[in-house]
Amino acid sequence: MTLTHLDRLEAESLHIFREAASSAQRAVLLYSIGKDSSVLLHLARKAFAPGRLPFPLLHIDTGWKFREMIAFRDRIAVQHGVDLRVHTNLEGRAAGINPITHGSAMHTDIMKTQALRQALDAGAYDVAFGGARRDEEASRAKERIISHRSPGHRWEPKRQRPELWQQYNLRHSPGESFRVFPMSNWTELDIWRYVEREQIEVVPLYFAKPRPVVQRSGTWIMVDDERLPLQPGEQPQLLSVRFRTLGCYPLSGAVESEARNLHEILLEMQASKVSERQGRLIDGDGAASMERKKQEGYF
Amino acid sequence: MNAPEAAPHVIDALQTADLRPQLRLLTCGSVDDGKSSLIGRLLFETGCVPDDQLENLALLSQRHGTRGEQLDYALLLDGLSAEREQGITIDVAWRYFGTARSAFVVADAPGHAEYTRNMVTAASHCELAVLLVDARHGLLPQTLRHACIAALMGIRQVVLAVNKMDRVDFQQAVFERIVERFAEFAGRMGLGEIQPIPLCAVDGDNLLANSPRTPWYSGPSLLDHLEAVATRAPAATVGAGSARLPVSVVIRPDADFRGFAGQLQSGALKLGQSVRAVPSGQSSRVLELRLGERTLEVAEPGQSLLVRVQDEIDLSRGDVLCAADAPVEASDQFEVDIVWLSEHPMLPGRPYRLQLGTASALATPATPKYRLNVETLEQLAARTLEANEIGRVNLSLDRALAFEAYAENPGLGGGILIDTLSNQTVGAVMIRHALRRAANLHWQALDISRGKRAGAKGQKPAVLWFTGLSGAGKSTIANRVEKQLHALGKHTYLLDGDNVRHGLNKDLGFTDADRVENIRRVAEVARLMADAGLICLVSFISPYRSERAFARALLPEGEFFEVFVDTPLEVAEARDSKGLYAKARRGELKNFTGIDSSYEPPLSPELHLQADLLPPEAAADAVIRRLRAGGVLEGEL
Repeated sequence: MTLTHLDRLEAESLHIFREAASSAQRAVLLYSIGKDSSVLLHLARKAFAPGRLPFPLLHIDTGWKFREMIAFRDRIAVQHGVDLRVHTNLEGRAAGINPITHGSAMHTDIMKTQALRQALDAGAYDVAFGGARRDEEASRAKERIISHRSPGHRWEPKRQRPELWQQYNLRHSPGESFRVFPMSNWTELDIWRYVEREQIEVVPLYFAKPRPVVQRSGTWIMVDDERLPLQPGEQPQLLSVRFRTLGCYPLSGAVESEARNLHEILLEMQASKVSERQGRLIDGDGAASMERKKQEGYF
Repeated sequence: MNAPEAAPHVIDALQTADLRPQLRLLTCGSVDDGKSSLIGRLLFETGCVPDDQLENLALLSQRHGTRGEQLDYALLLDGLSAEREQGITIDVAWRYFGTARSAFVVADAPGHAEYTRNMVTAASHCELAVLLVDARHGLLPQTLRHACIAALMGIRQVVLAVNKMDRVDFQQAVFERIVERFAEFAGRMGLGEIQPIPLCAVDGDNLLANSPRTPWYSGPSLLDHLEAVATRAPAATVGAGSARLPVSVVIRPDADFRGFAGQLQSGALKLGQSVRAVPSGQSSRVLELRLGERTLEVAEPGQSLLVRVQDEIDLSRGDVLCAADAPVEASDQFEVDIVWLSEHPMLPGRPYRLQLGTASALATPATPKYRLNVETLEQLAARTLEANEIGRVNLSLDRALAFEAYAENPGLGGGILIDTLSNQTVGAVMIRHALRRAANLHWQALDISRGKRAGAKGQKPAVLWFTGLSGAGKSTIANRVEKQLHALGKHTYLLDGDNVRHGLNKDLGFTDADRVENIRRVAEVARLMADAGLICLVSFISPYRSERAFARALLPEGEFFEVFVDTPLEVAEARDSKGLYAKARRGELKNFTGIDSSYEPPLSPELHLQADLLPPEAAADAVIRRLRAGGVLEGEL
């Protein structure tokens, strides 16, 4: 018997977790609550079972996550007995930075990128696991599994190391660090297939349900709480929608859908021909925007 | 352009996705042979390009495209903005597509000067190579280069994709001439199975289905062939041999549980099976096999699992758990093929960090036996390896590692070399075999030990390593220290840079490679002297940290004293007792440390002397005090 596609992906991810954790002085798992993070956490627990996770989880909370996401995060942390650490950029919050008045670019820079750098520096982490995949976006297709970051968390394309076989080079000088992506070779479809196979719990927002939404820039934005100011004449309507990708709620576009369970999601995906990041308003900020954000230390 | 819905290969996610096999492949070929177009087209035809990316592609095609009004599929792949602007691809890109029957992971490994490095990286993950040839140009030196690298990397399946058939009017004769010539080369290189296919990638001929424009071709379409290989061959990297589990992590949730976690490189493991740990050689039986919370009866090759054994055996990270009836060997001397990946050439004699399996050791390459001309397969003489060069080299390790020949098991025969200072990955290593020398050349056991020799002299051996710029005052201070030690009745010897270069090292110059060898020899001599019970003083510029670390590693803990004679360059240059700085400044002396060759100051020396502020007597006194503190000299501190 040979391994199936999903078996091979899983085996590779577990190996990456074990190798990187063995080489790390201080590791951390960046947990963003979405489906990829659910799978990432599942794989991490599998890699070290029946032992405990040898590193904490870190969530960068911008203050604008869906309420359901935060509730899910806290429940999962308790359920799995993991060490969850939450960081918010306090200066950013004091300055009232938000995606509505300051725009997605500034909000993302201050509340996500800078917040992440603060938390990684404070924890002196040299290895940070993340759930990014190469199929998400063009510049990520060339990302390494072990992504080297210079002091200041900068990603320099020319300093990335060649990766051969299953040899991961995690040696570094003080101040340098790595972002490690155990799911680099997974696709969105693989993620859902695996969620189904392993019965992994995900945030209910991925499943369709009537939700209050308004239409903006050609996508549906959910009115998750009273902080979303309605424009003149705008009236939230109840629509059966779901999310393919989750971030800050004013920046995450919903899609109209009737897919209420995993099976229906997979059916819908088979018919759908739109990539998941299209619902993310931040990627459209400029040409090659992801590449630039990454150089500045974004995931 | 066909509508994507027309493709018969669109994923049937619900029916079969979970049972599909996976094939990892790479594309290679000369710069304009259409690699990116081929993959872009495959993604498009199998329905794996989302609509919004297609829209984006239409925009990009207008802005950067090379195909006029038509879609330029290559733009689906060129991800970095620098690439889009310059119209080149500079790194390995990974793409994913699938059909109802198989899942594919594709490495697009293009590049120009860096080609070898990128292709070797991509090939190390792949089981099949699609080698593109432009039908108009036939086999180019580049084509042969890539075929050679594929053979070297152990790729067993090759597709010879003769592309741009439209430019030669789909003539059968053109195709067959190329196929014949290639078969000749492939035989010499030892390439495995070759499937030639005539293609026109941009129009999709013979990509998914056989094209009416090549009625004379009766073989499979590219996708049919890829599916057949995926289904037929278990992944080539997942060996069928005996069980080998390199231990990645030892998991101990409590005192009673000790699990060895790792990825099974080859073979199967069964409950109750006899296993042996290498290198400890201790045996036991498999007590439990786990994957996460699930327990298994049998573990398959390629799985990442956890193994418990019945007995307490000596086994930790880096060791290999093997089938007891066919354990792997361990050795510290290998003949290997090296692909050099760094812009700084390989320095024979310099120790690099070798990662192999889950283990690592310091590995010192000898002068290459030869460098391979990958276009002609000629073996050329070489003193070193430059970036993108491939050579055969003997490697000497500081400890024995479990291994297998690369051809038999890439998981335990393919490793990387890491520069110990920059931490960059600088070389890819493929083990051919262990050198019999390691097994046959034993240390001669001697009745008089180093302790006895030193005891007869009433002293403790030590090596005092003075490092610093030329003119820093190393020899002056070392000379005074030796006089003081002599006065204390100690047996000493002073190895001086200039003096040694008149004899033992008179064949060496001042290139980086020669400097490394210079220090290696001196370090070995110092070690012998310490073995003889002497206190050995070494006064050498010794500009590189790696070589000083090498010298340190030769001696037992506590016997090596690195003394940094720290004099600023301006002061040393102003002194210029030998007139060398003036010569170097005039350009008459090349590779002079501090002028056009670098000096890497020690990070944590045993003693740091501010030699421009201290008179030599005071500096020598400081060295003596440090020796007392270090327990080499008895008496009051």
